[in-house]
Amino acid sequence: MHVSLRRVAHTRSGDKGNTSNIAVIAYEPAFYPYIKRAVTVDALRTIYNETAVRGAITRYEVDGLGVLNFVLEGALGGGVSRSLAIDNYGKALASAVLRLELEVPDTLAPLLRGPKTDQGQ
Amino acid sequence: MTHKTGTLRIGSGAGWWGDRIDPARWNAERGALDFLCFETMAEATVSAAQVRKRRDPGFPGYDTWLDDRMRAVLPHCMANGTRIVSNQGWIHPLAAARRVAELCAEAGWKHARVAAVSATDLSGSIGTSGLAIMESGAPVASVADTLISAEPYAGAEAIVRALDQGADIVITGRVADPSLFLAPMMHHFGWRADDWARLGQGSGIGHLLECGAQVTGGYFGDPGYKDVPDPWNLAFPYADVEADGTAEIGKVDGTGGCIDLRTVKEQMFYEVHDPARYITPDVVVDFTTARLEQAGPDRVRVGGISGRPRTDTLKVSMGCTEGYIGEDMFFFAGPGCLDKARLAETILRERLRLAGLQADDLRIDFIGANAVHGAASAAPACEPVEIAVRIAARCATRAQAEKIGREVDGMAVCGLACTGKRVPHQDRVREVIGLWSTLVPRDSVDCTIEFV
Repeated sequence: MHVSLRRVAHTRSGDKGNTSNIAVIAYEPAFYPYIKRAVTVDALRTIYNETAVRGAITRYEVDGLGVLNFVLEGALGGGVSRSLAIDNYGKALASAVLRLELEVPDTLAPLLRGPKTDQGQ
Repeated sequence: MTHKTGTLRIGSGAGWWGDRIDPARWNAERGALDFLCFETMAEATVSAAQVRKRRDPGFPGYDTWLDDRMRAVLPHCMANGTRIVSNQGWIHPLAAARRVAELCAEAGWKHARVAAVSATDLSGSIGTSGLAIMESGAPVASVADTLISAEPYAGAEAIVRALDQGADIVITGRVADPSLFLAPMMHHFGWRADDWARLGQGSGIGHLLECGAQVTGGYFGDPGYKDVPDPWNLAFPYADVEADGTAEIGKVDGTGGCIDLRTVKEQMFYEVHDPARYITPDVVVDFTTARLEQAGPDRVRVGGISGRPRTDTLKVSMGCTEGYIGEDMFFFAGPGCLDKARLAETILRERLRLAGLQADDLRIDFIGANAVHGAASAAPACEPVEIAVRIAARCATRAQAEKIGREVDGMAVCGLACTGKRVPHQDRVREVIGLWSTLVPRDSVDCTIEFV
């Protein structure tokens, strides 16, 4: 079953200097292995291209909590005070990653978040 | 106190400078707190304070909401025996502490002992220190001629000393956020400054509390996916901390929001890079070993966070004058609004070229299509109903930055059909204090404690 990341994980971004981090958190432990397989640094690059994130993207895995923490260097236009972005802190950056899509087993369908009529989206 | 005997209850009073004040009052009034801690200094807060101080010599240099926050909580803290730790001192902790003492007197708290904790100001010495800038690798000396401030991030130790000396209220300048919450734990439980396991766990709990409502349902709601009860009525959290640092995160009854594994995990990783090496002045925290358990409704038990020895250095935040940002916007709506926005961008770029704009960086956004996610925006599935064209440029001089607003003014009668425009009342140029970081040896920073 093909689903958007939004159905299986929630995200939050934080800022330090010119670096943003985005935590991708599985709603259920059962989702985590599929998220870990699909939500790679390369997958993040399909959302955050070299203009959006000018430096490296690093992934940290916290298996015990079902969390992937991505660190995006050069993501904040030079940092909060220099940035020309309207969202200087990049507080809204973490919602972009929820567009990613991934495969999960059909058996997990009852655990998906969001509207029940929205399966597969 | 109504909480479990032997635990220490520490509540949040603010997660940032602009935070709401009522939740702090509820914590002070109904939270049965031992300590109430205020975190009001973001990286950018201090740069804003420095800008203000340059423009307004009468600016006292501390939290602009100090009076409001303290008036909201002091009567309750006095009545309930709640002590306060706060970084509202910003760039002048002593002045803030003196003002808090006046507010205590006003509230009838006659014998409140108020202490200011100030760290060494490194702005005079760091330019010749030979240190390197963390972000760029360049020598600090390369920014010395634009440097206006250099503040170290202090840890918990000086706050602990002030509490040990009997302070009811401790007002600090720049302190690492978790340290504000760790200090009461170290003071109360007598943790040593090299008890890395407890300091790691305690700092982790401090990190969960430091952003206020971000662990109680704030910065969290997503309708249909993460629904938050009564999100207009969010509380600030408290933690019931046990002697080994294990804690339960909770909130006062009768408030909205939620505390569950989702909110705690989101906040645990907020502003964290390597989760196994979250560096504070006090300890290196490892969140990867954390154990979380829903202990009751809106109550999460947090244990297992580990700690390793602190580093030999302290981070210093350096503010440098880096020119000015000019910014303004105008609007299109209805059929063709996106095409108009694109043509308006072409017009602006051509006129700014003719006007000889010299900018270090320039950005034109279409709010409604690509402004918030920028280059990470998805292609719009259909034409938006309306678009704001927003332009911003960072320039070396104010005169250059003012050209942005002038050319946006020009779009009123020299622009396109049906251009919506604001009357330019607001200040469209702001000064930029860019921030750089460096690491200094610990022994180059001293903290002084002054009771007022």
